[in-house]
Amino acid sequence: MEWRLADDELSALGARVVAASDGLIAGFEVSYGELSVNAAAAQIVEVLRFLKDAEGLKFHQLLDVCGADYPQRPLRFDIVYHLLSMTQNRRIRVKVQTDEETPVPSVAEVFANANWYEREAFDMYGVFFSGHPDLRRLLTDYGFHGHPLRKDFPMTGYVEVRYDDELKRVVYEPVKSVEFRSWDFLSPWEGADYDVPATPLVTGPAAAGSKAR
Amino acid sequence: MSLDEATEPSVAPPPGETPVRKFSLNFGPQHPAAHGVLRLILELDGELVERVDPHIGLLHRGTEKLIEARPYTQNTPYFDRLDYVAPINQEHAFVRAIERLTGLAVPIRGQVIRVLYCEIGRILNHLMNVTTQALDLGALTPSLWGFEEREKLMVFYERASGARMHANYFRPGGVRQDLPPKLIEDIDAWAVAYPKILDDISGLITDNRIFKQRNVDIGVVSKDEAIAWGFTGPMLRGCGVAWDLRRNQPYECYDEMEFEIPVGVHGDCYDRYLCRMEEMRQSVKIIRQCCARLGKTPGPVLATDHKMTPPRRGEMKTSMEALIHHFKLFSEGFHTPAGEVYAAVEAPKGEFGVYLVSDGTNKPYRCKIRAASYPHLAAMDWMSRGHMLADVSAILGSLDIVFGEIDR
Repeated sequence: MEWRLADDELSALGARVVAASDGLIAGFEVSYGELSVNAAAAQIVEVLRFLKDAEGLKFHQLLDVCGADYPQRPLRFDIVYHLLSMTQNRRIRVKVQTDEETPVPSVAEVFANANWYEREAFDMYGVFFSGHPDLRRLLTDYGFHGHPLRKDFPMTGYVEVRYDDELKRVVYEPVKSVEFRSWDFLSPWEGADYDVPATPLVTGPAAAGSKAR
Repeated sequence: MSLDEATEPSVAPPPGETPVRKFSLNFGPQHPAAHGVLRLILELDGELVERVDPHIGLLHRGTEKLIEARPYTQNTPYFDRLDYVAPINQEHAFVRAIERLTGLAVPIRGQVIRVLYCEIGRILNHLMNVTTQALDLGALTPSLWGFEEREKLMVFYERASGARMHANYFRPGGVRQDLPPKLIEDIDAWAVAYPKILDDISGLITDNRIFKQRNVDIGVVSKDEAIAWGFTGPMLRGCGVAWDLRRNQPYECYDEMEFEIPVGVHGDCYDRYLCRMEEMRQSVKIIRQCCARLGKTPGPVLATDHKMTPPRRGEMKTSMEALIHHFKLFSEGFHTPAGEVYAAVEAPKGEFGVYLVSDGTNKPYRCKIRAASYPHLAAMDWMSRGHMLADVSAILGSLDIVFGEIDR
């Protein structure tokens, strides 16, 4: 038996969070049995402190902070915080949006373990965190350029390393030994979204249905 | 360990005393006690640790980026390669995320087999950790004994999936294949014999004077600190917080299993060790229950919705539809509805979570892996400050880190 909360129970919790947040959290969303709220990036420290300390919520553990990239949006990055309340046995997800230049306030003083998660998000996406005690790269190589999890970063990267027998050291070179092969198996009948103009031949429900899967 | 550089004395010593120089010490990345490829920059005042700066990422393979370019089913093998000490537990989190998104239900026999193999994974992990923790502190024999048992368990992996470690056995909707009856018998026979061996290993370590001197009251973490630092798993339970996802947010058929959650009292390295030892005994209990239950629960092990799970090979010889399903699943793969889920399991090291964002196609749009030991290593600096240099390897051993999952 899978432990799963009913959606209306989560909605009630979401409504409670919104009501108690004093305008910090505008709205909530329940999908796939999970509660998710959106917040303004500039207020994230207050939002997380509220969720951590508010009576009856006590989301006192930060499980994860990660970025996500949506290049088509003006604010292309999502920073996603996953919180857990052990006393209430509830989880909540907080999302904020930002772009390449606007820093998100660091929550390292609210949750100590945010330090490394934010370093990772900075490393992978190039999102800045203001007030972070030590915003260095974490996972990538020393002297690495670029932010690998951005959607516009190529899968093979820009440089490759090898040991040069003549120079007796490891050298960095532009990638030439591999070529990334990507197969698009997405079915043109299910995945593609053709914009079929409504001509006299294709009218009525057929034209309206051309966008449907 | 190599002496990297000596810095100038920061303060002039009082008259009559030798000037003390602070040292920066490189620990790893090839140190045997570094559990893989960890590089620690230790700042020492004599033998006291003033600051630890872990440099990670030496095993970074860009798993999350690779996952974004492949259909869902081709991604499960990447999860084996995260925490390669207990591979199946990570697969479990990923397939559960997919099942959450698609609403795919797992048949009960599939659930029992999953629980069985997750618990085998837990023993694999704890055997490795407990014995190498002892090895870091100078005891060689426990690891030799422990690895013999690990080898037997990996044979069970192999007999179920064909691979000793990177099993790729869990599939969305169940497991790849049913277990032969002889294998279930053998696992049960192993589980009967194992507590005796655990007693032997425990007899070597638990009351060992040196082991206790090196672990008791080292790396003490209080309940509140453990929660604040995002600890999960034995690291959290060692501090006395009774939190286990198998019990608090049960998944598969864990709610029908009888087992107990051991918790520590002092939150030091020794309590974490004791927790892991006891968890192994509880896992043996679960394994025996699963074996007994498998004998009584016939049925499918994989969901029969062939839009999501491949049809059996025999079916494909005669059924055109099965052949089409097979072709579609192994070229395009299945689609998941758009949305985002966070699925977590109680992996041996703690909460292993997968945050999956789907845009409705056959590939994940974003897949963030929440590695269980990542926050534990992040707390390394805070935990080690003020300890002696020799305690660093004891603390490191009790953190139970594997770089496959930390670096991803």
